[in-house]
Amino acid sequence: MPIDKFITLESPCVPLPIENVDTDQIIPARFLKATTRDGFGDNLFCDWRYDKNGDPKADFVLNDPTYSGQILVAGKNFGSGSSREHAAWAIGGYGFKAVVSSFFADIFKNNALNNGILPVQISDAFLEQIFEAVEADPKTIIKIDLENQTISLPAKNISESFDINPYKKKCMINGYDDIDYLFSIKNEIEAWEAKNSN
Amino acid sequence: MAGKTLFDKIWEKHVVNIVEGGPSVLYIDRHLIHEVTSPQAFAGLKERGIKVGRPEKTVATPDHNIPTMEQHLPIHDELSRYQVNKLKENCEANGVQMYGLTHPYNGIVHVIGPELGLTRPGMTIVCGDSHTSTHGAFGSIAFGIGTSEVEMVLATQCLMQSRPKTMRINVDGELHKGVTSKDIILYIIAQISTGGATGYFVEFAGSAIRSLSMEARMTICNMSIEMGARGGMIAPDEITFEYVKDREFAPKGQDWEKAVAEWRQLPSDADAVFDKELHFKAEDIEPMITYGTNPGMGIGISANIPKVEDIDKSSQNSFKKSLQYMGYNQDEPMIGKKVDYVFVGSCTNGRIEDLRSFAAFVKGKKKADNITAWIVPGSKQVEKQAIEEGLRDILEEAGFFLRQPGCSACLAMNDDKIPEGQYAVSTSNRNFEGRQGPGARTLLASPLTAAATALSGVITDPRTML
Repeated sequence: MPIDKFITLESPCVPLPIENVDTDQIIPARFLKATTRDGFGDNLFCDWRYDKNGDPKADFVLNDPTYSGQILVAGKNFGSGSSREHAAWAIGGYGFKAVVSSFFADIFKNNALNNGILPVQISDAFLEQIFEAVEADPKTIIKIDLENQTISLPAKNISESFDINPYKKKCMINGYDDIDYLFSIKNEIEAWEAKNSN
Repeated sequence: MAGKTLFDKIWEKHVVNIVEGGPSVLYIDRHLIHEVTSPQAFAGLKERGIKVGRPEKTVATPDHNIPTMEQHLPIHDELSRYQVNKLKENCEANGVQMYGLTHPYNGIVHVIGPELGLTRPGMTIVCGDSHTSTHGAFGSIAFGIGTSEVEMVLATQCLMQSRPKTMRINVDGELHKGVTSKDIILYIIAQISTGGATGYFVEFAGSAIRSLSMEARMTICNMSIEMGARGGMIAPDEITFEYVKDREFAPKGQDWEKAVAEWRQLPSDADAVFDKELHFKAEDIEPMITYGTNPGMGIGISANIPKVEDIDKSSQNSFKKSLQYMGYNQDEPMIGKKVDYVFVGSCTNGRIEDLRSFAAFVKGKKKADNITAWIVPGSKQVEKQAIEEGLRDILEEAGFFLRQPGCSACLAMNDDKIPEGQYAVSTSNRNFEGRQGPGARTLLASPLTAAATALSGVITDPRTML
């Protein structure tokens, strides 16, 4: 699927200061029966967000009108567990364009990038500063600049740089996906097969 | 120059191309698919106007959504039925072999790959399922992928992957009686945490690993994802070759001899260097059980739940939240706690050896009345073998019932769900909140601990009943 281009993003955030948020929390397995990529945002964090009657739980951050924005900021080791890409579809479907944490599980990171959602991995200390700033002022703006690989809180005048694979960065900025690239090297793949078929 | 690791040897052979400053294009030998993570990938191919490029390298089986009773009837859940039918439709349209619900080769994707000889040393194997790491037990590079990646493999038989770092985890010594490979992996995860191997591909080595059967090795590699590892692997040896030999799709005759000669070259060289190396002693491991809501929250069964003050300050809130969900307090013993369900099965512990050890333990005894037990074989072949070996009879005499194969209560996608607030001792792989059903409370353990608990009705150390 062609992905949305990501260059810079300035937005307030939704803070989720919980560690080890696994993909079963992001989207429980019972919602994985769909055969399209649409509609998962409605069930993002379903069991934290709604009670068993389907009513919103007032104490969960997505139900708190104080917080909004296109950036989800979460505790360390975000996205562990199942490889379900539905987790990335749910996050994207809800309207998040970036997830910020001090540590990401590998498969989630790949799935996010393949869907135009930027995982921004920062230090524990900077993550703590974001949580504190947002607690003090829920409208705190976070600025993510992919070209320069920086994330900053302009109001606090603090920033940090983050890593991203140069190829993936190019894909995000241009909206390319891996299949476009793989098709472009069809001859090399066939040559590998010819050499290794026995 | 330092020697090469098992991982290096397989990875380097499969690199088609390296993008400058970026990932490698990795050729995939075996692609396994199931009903849940493939429909959007097939839809993507359709939108691009293309078909599966190398259909003979992909094999499909429905496993996640299916009921484990009355499989000859149409699936009554409409969405599940639609998804399973979609898999069939997609496979037929693309010439992909599928082992459907009543086929003798149907089963959990990570059980049927090895038992059919589709999984072999030296291969690259992927599946849209994180427990694909199971297949690494054969000395292959096997890892879980997302649906966009499933689409890439269907389209081009290749994936773009950054080369992970390598880690070797050595477990030396002899296991105590009543301690199984499930306990080894739960112990390691408890030591290094659920993110302890993130970014790494892990090779398990050492005398305690070498002495394990193939099925026990699969249990260990299966759960390597639960410590964040990209995958786990074990060097192939005589035990591996013996297991693979004569399986349906294993090479035969001269091809077999040639394959084994190649596989003997795969183990890590003596002077190979890993980015990280850890050592554990088999004698330090006792039967393990989890008390919290991630697989790293495990303790020896005779220990008490940790105290809040002993947890890292930054993790204390998550720890408290977890205990609250479980309905437990800090510093409590696990032994003797109330249990409602026992689940034996899944890609972690749903193989014939697991059923054998459970059956041997409960033989001639009776299931506790307060326990609802679900004993679920990992595949049709495991089910058949369990019946032929008389295990089903033993189970039935002890008050248990052998269900039909599937992922079952591991993930609450099918009918087998643990009710809200109830406790399940489970041989599966994840104890996340709601994993086995909304509000369900999961205690991960080995088939032996599950057996001891099923008989006594409360959490029980299997060593006291051996």
